Formats: sequence, structure tokens, C-alpha cells
Amino acid sequence: MDIDRRKFLKIAGLSAVMGIGGKAAFELLAPKELEASLREVPLTQGKKWGMVVNMAKMDDEIMKRCMEACNRVHNIPNFGDPRVEIKWIWEETYEHSFPGQEHEYIGEKYLGRNFLLMCNHCTDPPCCRVCPTGATWKREDGIVMMDWHRCIGCRFCMAGCPYGSRSFNWGDPRKAPKELNPDFPTNRDYPTRSKGVVEKCTFCDERIARGQIPACVEAANEIREGALVFGDLDDPDSDIRKVLRAHYSIRRKPELGTGPNVYYII
Amino acid sequence: MLDKALKGSATYWGWLLFLLAFIGVGFGCYLYQFSEGLRITGMSRDVSWGFYIGQFTYLVGVAASGVMVVLPYYIHNYKAFARITILGEFLAVSAIVMCGLFISVDLGYLPRVMNIILYPHPNSILFWDMIVLNVYLLLNIFIGWNVLSAERKGVHYPKWITPLIYISIPWAFSIHTVTAFLYAGLPGRHFWLTAIMAARFLASAFCSGPALLILLCFIVRKLSRFDPGKEQIRTLGGIVAYAMILNVFFFLLELFTAFYSRIPEHMHAIVYLFFGLEGHTRLVPWMWGATVFAVIALVLLIIPQLRRREGILAIACGSVIVATWIDKGLALVVGGFIPNPFDRIFEYWPTTPEVFISLGVYATGFFVLSVLYKIAVSVKEEVAA
Amino acid sequence: MYDAGKIIVGLIIGIGLLLFPFYYNAGKAAKAPEPQLTPKAKEAKVCVAETSYMKTSHMHLLERWRQEVVRGGERYYTASNGKVYYKSVEETCLDCHSNKSKFCDQCHDYMRISPYCWDCHIAPKETK
Repeated sequence: MDIDRRKFLKIAGLSAVMGIGGKAAFELLAPKELEASLREVPLTQGKKWGMVVNMAKMDDEIMKRCMEACNRVHNIPNFGDPRVEIKWIWEETYEHSFPGQEHEYIGEKYLGRNFLLMCNHCTDPPCCRVCPTGATWKREDGIVMMDWHRCIGCRFCMAGCPYGSRSFNWGDPRKAPKELNPDFPTNRDYPTRSKGVVEKCTFCDERIARGQIPACVEAANEIREGALVFGDLDDPDSDIRKVLRAHYSIRRKPELGTGPNVYYII
Repeated sequence: MLDKALKGSATYWGWLLFLLAFIGVGFGCYLYQFSEGLRITGMSRDVSWGFYIGQFTYLVGVAASGVMVVLPYYIHNYKAFARITILGEFLAVSAIVMCGLFISVDLGYLPRVMNIILYPHPNSILFWDMIVLNVYLLLNIFIGWNVLSAERKGVHYPKWITPLIYISIPWAFSIHTVTAFLYAGLPGRHFWLTAIMAARFLASAFCSGPALLILLCFIVRKLSRFDPGKEQIRTLGGIVAYAMILNVFFFLLELFTAFYSRIPEHMHAIVYLFFGLEGHTRLVPWMWGATVFAVIALVLLIIPQLRRREGILAIACGSVIVATWIDKGLALVVGGFIPNPFDRIFEYWPTTPEVFISLGVYATGFFVLSVLYKIAVSVKEEVAA
Repeated sequence: MYDAGKIIVGLIIGIGLLLFPFYYNAGKAAKAPEPQLTPKAKEAKVCVAETSYMKTSHMHLLERWRQEVVRGGERYYTASNGKVYYKSVEETCLDCHSNKSKFCDQCHDYMRISPYCWDCHIAPKETK
């Protein structure tokens, strides 16, 4: 967790009120109280969100839970076909996550081991640079955001992203095979997408706005604290900065200058 | 002048009906794609652009090549090309129409296409491509139409057209340069990340476009009383020869950089295209086919005695078109996506509906071309008579 | 005028086709539906804005909300009476107006409007 204990209790309290009975709780608050209470929530005040995937603490079970949590919260359909798959958070082997980094003497501990991948929320994201409509852009808090109302489906961003982090809706997600998606849509408070738009991980912007940590981090924490660390890279006292100070970390394809904000501790 | 398009022989109407049939089939397939989404194409999350964008890229080149008849006439005062500038301009118009349609059928959410104008983002090369292509289309329509109607009336074209003509010359270079920038500025797509991309695009455009124009001149000569002219065709043949040499030379430069530096990412796509990677060899026969056609074209074009015989020139032009089409319309776009960012290989091949939609677009372009050429040729016949 | 006869006949046929929708639908005017309020909506008395404004301009408000939430990250709306609402069709609007079919669809159908919101957003299940 990227927040100290006292702050965490505040968030937990507030998100309990909001998380379940969201708007009802807000209606009880006068506008000023609301602003004040939100200011207290560090999770809504990030300057540069980032993530650490600590592979020393990560295992296949945690990865599976993280992916399941994300898929459930964001209504991600399963088409049962890798060609048209929608991937926000997914696993990929070491040698394919960091192509060019493997060598013939590498230990079995790494070769073939799955890593957890997601959008890197780059500091200088090529996807945002190439988007002709501003349907994807870099928010002030560092999140590379998507506006599914504006996307025209040109897929320039998919060509621009060097991390394969963007997925296109080749078909209507609501027409995904029923037998693979028995409970679809799994979260009725979150939209599905229309066919013909691009989508990706948004660091759970909708949860951050309510003072909740991203769904994958929450799922990982339930099993092991610190396997995923989410926090504000701009705050030198944040947990994510402490972890990055204490351990050597690598990023995917840093040589491209995109400035990925997802770090891997091997 | 539009009335000229409404009076034609049975061959003319039959040809238009033939094209209409393809347009109809293509449109039907597009309606299917519109309701089902792009999953009916061969594209995937790994190869996210395919046949449509390939054709778009190729046709931008054809459009740009109109300048190869405009430039010698207006800048170098090469009078012989006065006879055929209109053919170059109208070819450009129909090529741009096809470009627009190929982009449209490739969009996932076509009804929102105006977002490019409503929320303009000049940092996107696609925004600039939209602008340069549309302006180029308008320039060619205005110039072509006005010059042709002046010719019909036996007067000099209006003065205000002259600056437009001079603007259209660098503009033609710009459309293909900007189109190359769509690809050449993307980090992590090493096959495209090359400073020579725009130069390669222009070289391949200036051989494939004039090659097509030469073939069209042969057809016009056969079907009408208007002869584009022996000298004109011969000069065009020279242009095709030089541009094809440059095109192949530029490609060899790519090979040198990739294989002498031996940086894996730079070699991968080329190895995939010509030899296949990890047993994936779908484009290999096509690439070697393109190579054979390129060699045939070069031999026939470089030897002047061969190039100057019109029958042989036609074969050479056909070879140029096939070679450049495989290179740019098929391999360039797909090759950039293979291997994918995870160094994995997922191949691409267009599906039947995808091909029919593409044929529909081509038929629309040729419909526009046929009507415009019909008008131009009728005016030329009328003036000559 | 050449071919006067043909032109006049053509004109009559053309105008006839043009007017087809009018005589086809003549005498079949459907009654404009009235939006129905749920007990909860009735009890609340006020919406997020004036009823007259909501009647004519709810779509503009929703569009503004959508813009502010997605692009600006501002998720809370302060009404003129100082009350704060979470900007969400599913979670706020349809919480009160939980009878989407009677409150929204009926009138949209009458107007032949099909808002594409529901291509993606999921209306809460209606309690009947």
C-alpha cells in the first residue's frame, strides 16, 4: 500500500461509505464537506501514478486473481480467440515481456516465467501523440486515459504503442460467446464498450476518483502485500518510491524513450 | 462538360455497369462489416492494420504521381505533356477518392469520423494526412476541370488557376511524405522506423503511378480517337525507369542497414517477409514474386532499345505495378506488425469479405476514373475535330 | 417545352412518391406518451435541475456530465440548491427513475430517437 496507516484508515472509511452506497453517501455531504473530505484522500491527489510489480512476491495465483479482478470490474469479454482478445492486464513470459533481454545462460527461474503486464502509462506516450481526435490523452495525474465516446477506431494508437497494451473491439463485446461469459456484464456500474473502439488499462481511474486503489492491486494485497505497489511517483515519501529506492528495477523497452511508469523488480 | 459522360458507346456503359456490380457487392459486404464489426476481416490485435491501409498507402502514391506529368509541363515547359496533364490530374482525383474510401472502411466507428475535425489534434500525423489529401483532391478537381473547359472553349485557362498549379506540385510531394510519416515516426515498429521511408514512398509512387498512366494511355488510344502521343509515352517510360531504379536502390539501402548492423529488430520483419520466421511463411512467395517482377521491370526499363518499344514498355509497366503493389500494398503494412511487440508472430491474410470490400472501393475509383477520362477524352476529340 | 406530357407525368409521380409518408401515416397519429414518475422520484420532488430544463435539455446536461467526468475527471455535480450528486446516468439518474422503459424509452421511441448510451452503459434492472 502506498499510503500510511492513518491515511489508509480514512480512505477505507470513505470508500466503504462510497464504494457501496456511493452517491447516497455523497448526497448526505454538503458541497464544502465533500471537497474537504476528498482532499484528505491521498488517492485522489496523485501527481504521477505508477506501479511496481514485485516479482519476488508475485506468483501465478496472485497474477490470476489480479487478472480476474480487472476483467470482472471492467466487463472485459472473453472471445476465446487470441486474435481478438481484449487485454487490460495479462501475463506473458519473461523472454516475450522483455524481448532481447534473454540470453542462453539464463536460469529456469526466469525463462518461461510469467510476468504481469499492463499499460505502462508512459510519461511521453506515443499513443496519445498519434491519436487524431484526442480520444486518448495523458491526464495531469499521469494516467493515460481513454474516451470511448470519442474514439473513431482508426487504431493508430495500436500501431504507436510499443507494448501491445491496446485492444480493439473487433466485435461487439456483448456478442461474445455466452458459454465463455456466463455473467457478462459482470459489473453493471461500469460500461461495456461498443464495437469499433480501442480500450486499455486506465489504472482504475473510476476507483481512484472514489479513493479506492486499482482492482488488481486490491486483489494482490488480499493474498500478499507488496506484490503490486501502486502510488504517486511524484511523492518521495510514497511506498512506491521507497520500494524503488530499496530494490533494483527494470522497465519494458526503456530505450524507446516513452518513459514507462510500470516497474518490475526481478 | 458533364454531359460528355452521359453519351457513350455500349462498351462504355457496359464497363460502368460491370463496375457498378462490383460496387454493389462491395457495399453489401461493407454493410455486413458495419453491423458485425471489423472482426470479419483478417486483422487482429497483433496485425491491426491490413489490406485496407495497404491499399490506401499504395493509392496515395498513385495520386501523388500525377505531379510527374504536371511538373515537367509547368516547371520545365515540356510542352508535349500538355496533352496528358489532364489524364494525370484525373487519375489523382480518382486515386484520392479511393484513399478516402479505404480509410473509411477501415475505421471502427465511421459515424464519428468528423471528430477529426471537431476535435483537431495537430500532433497526430493522421490529422495532417486528412488535410493534405483533401486539399490535393480539391486542387486537382479545380485545376483539371478549369484547364479542360478552357481547352474546350479554345481559350487560356483563367489566371487564378496558375498559382494553384504551382501549389499542387509541392503538395503532391507532401501527401506522400505525410503518409510515410504515419509509419516512420512510431517507436517500436522497427520495419517502419526509417528516415528513408518518405523517399522510398515517393520513389515507388513515381514509378507505379506513371506506369499505370502509361497503361491508361494505351487504353485511351485504343478506345478513342484521342492519341496521348508517342513522345509523351516514351518520356513517361523514362520517368518510370529512373523512379524504379531509385525505388529498388532505396530498398537495398534498407537491407544494408539492417543486415550489416545485424540489429535483430531491424532484420526480423525483412527476414519474415522473404524467408519466413519460425515457420510462418505466408508472404514469402509474394515477396519473391515481387522481386522477380522488379528484376524483369528493371531489365526492360533500363535497356533503352527495349523500353522504347511500346509492347515491351507495357509489360515493363505491368511488372512495375505488380512489384510495387506487393511491396507497398501488401508487405509494408503487414510486415511492420510482424513480429509483434512481444516478439511473437501472428500472421495476417485478408478474408473474402475484406477482399470484396476492397474490390468495391477499387471499382468505385475506376468508375470515377472512367467517367472523368470519358469527359476529358471527349473534349480532346471535340477540340481536335 | 419539349416532352411536356412526359415531364408533367414524371412530376406527378415524383411528388406523389415524395408525399407517400404523409398519406401512408394519415389518421394514425400516435398520442404523445407522458413520462411516468416512480414513487421515489415523486417523493424527491426536485431533480438535479429545474423540471422544465430537464424536460427540454436533459441530453445537454448528460453530455456535459460525460465530458466533465471522462475528460476532466470531475465526478461530482453541485445543484443550484447546493446538493451534490455523483455524475452518473446509471447510478444517479436511474436510481430515482428506475423505470427506464416508462420514463425514458417510451418518449424516445415516440420521437424515433435511440440514444447510443445503452450500447455501452448498462441500465439497472427495472423493478416492476
